[in-house]
Amino acid sequence: MFNTLSDLFFRRPKALTALLLAPPLAWIVIVYIGSLLALLLQSFYHLDDFSGVILHEFTLSTYAELFDQSNVQIILRTITMAALVTLASSVVAFPVAYYAARFARGKWKALFYIAVMMPLWSSYLVKIYAWKLILAKEGIVSWVATSLHISWLLDALLSVPVIGGSSLSFSYIGTFLVFLYIWLPYMILPIQAALERVPHDYVEAAADLGATQAQIFRGILLPLALPGVIAGSIFTFSLTLGDYIVPQIVGNSRAMIGQAVYTLQGTAGDIPLAAAFTVVPMIIMGVYLTIAKRMGAFDAL
Amino acid sequence: MRSDASWPLKIAATCGLLFLHIPLALIMLYAFTTEEKSFQFPPPGLTLHWFSAAWFDRPDIWPPLFLSLKVAAIATGLALVFGTLGAAALARATFYGKDQLSLLFILPIALPGIITGIALRSAFDIMHLPFSTWTIILGHATFCIVVVYNNALARFRRLQGNMVEASMDLGANSFQTFRFIILPQIASALLAGGMLAFALSFDEVIVTTFTAGQQETLPIWMLGELIRPRQRPVTNVVAIIVMAVTFVPVLCAYYFTREGESRKT
Repeated sequence: MFNTLSDLFFRRPKALTALLLAPPLAWIVIVYIGSLLALLLQSFYHLDDFSGVILHEFTLSTYAELFDQSNVQIILRTITMAALVTLASSVVAFPVAYYAARFARGKWKALFYIAVMMPLWSSYLVKIYAWKLILAKEGIVSWVATSLHISWLLDALLSVPVIGGSSLSFSYIGTFLVFLYIWLPYMILPIQAALERVPHDYVEAAADLGATQAQIFRGILLPLALPGVIAGSIFTFSLTLGDYIVPQIVGNSRAMIGQAVYTLQGTAGDIPLAAAFTVVPMIIMGVYLTIAKRMGAFDAL
Repeated sequence: MRSDASWPLKIAATCGLLFLHIPLALIMLYAFTTEEKSFQFPPPGLTLHWFSAAWFDRPDIWPPLFLSLKVAAIATGLALVFGTLGAAALARATFYGKDQLSLLFILPIALPGIITGIALRSAFDIMHLPFSTWTIILGHATFCIVVVYNNALARFRRLQGNMVEASMDLGANSFQTFRFIILPQIASALLAGGMLAFALSFDEVIVTTFTAGQQETLPIWMLGELIRPRQRPVTNVVAIIVMAVTFVPVLCAYYFTREGESRKT
């Protein structure tokens, strides 16, 4: 029987592909896509304000609610945060990736890689917790500021409206720092991968033709590393858009999309609006991924 | 020609790495502090008390730990089967819509976790599926499949076709070829993918909060401690254990994939 089956696979390779593909495809389509559709369906229902009952009939009024001023603010706030985190992480990540890709050799290279992998794979909650320790009023940041006699600078920073707060762990600065920290390795690795693929000849040719280090960097390495930056930004952007735990633990009371979704589906019981909210990051990421694919970012993943 | 790195670059790279590692070092330091109520720095004194406290006085840690290990083990097992099948199918075959299918396979990690979480939850609601260990596993396996799939796919693409052909020419059937030619070559990639999937599942919290109901995995326990802390240093002790549980498989995964690559070149 094995031989008969085997012959069949050999003569009809498509049958083998289909047979292999069926179980995982079924899982993704039924469990994942099915759930996504169930969620989308809910967003076309509406929560009746007076009775608190979800009306199971088609309406777009839930989507209209998204455009309430407070909800628009939540969305804009989240997008701003995601954009800032992405920008900052690409700036911090680049030198690390650049050094690892072009200068580290042998044992050092392996060490560098592990040094980036370890924080990447450390527990997400442990990393947030670490920043709770660091940013606390009695924590290390305040201690360093006091030791260096620059507490006034910290206080001035915290008294800035919007981004400030009672202490760093209750401010947007804190939220931003934690996001930057947690997603940074996701930016380093793709940039490093992209830089490593830059052919040696290019750099040498440019150097032979008299280009300075700065010119080589700007003219060759930066453009060729761009797909890596974009690939990394997919992670930093998407992960920041949907996160609700970081701003809950380190941040102030003004919500981001993730928190809004979490509260709406939980305590508020407004699943339709929660579902409509999740469509926002889906659309943003859809557009983002399409652009990223055009720019060749997937080859750098 | 290879010039040495410039000083600004060295400094920037070092600062980047320090930024990544100092917080983790602080987690370890605070596991030894004598200060229980706040995060005072520098710690007023050092003690080993919290390690014994975590072991003996906190029975609330054990059930979440075992649940997390169980979920991670089963989710990884499922992911290994489904992820490998998907990678095997998509690595060599060419057909219409293949690109779209590949995109579909990475969607569960490309979209924010909260979407996966709430989507699964609304699906459970619609189907009147009560929360159980299996609802957690269902969610975890979905993104674990992606991890195994990615690892396996990279290896399948490097697999040499001529060895498979040689084996078939010498009269082996597809199953023998798989067992003796393909499996030994992809084994380390699968092991690596499986370990990463395990680490990912063991640590997952965003999707889990939506699919767990009243059950407590270790990350959910920890989330509770972050919001309503009691015996803060005990949380640090657990954090160290969690880091150890994820570090070991990740390090192993790194060596397995490296071994697989160096053998090729």
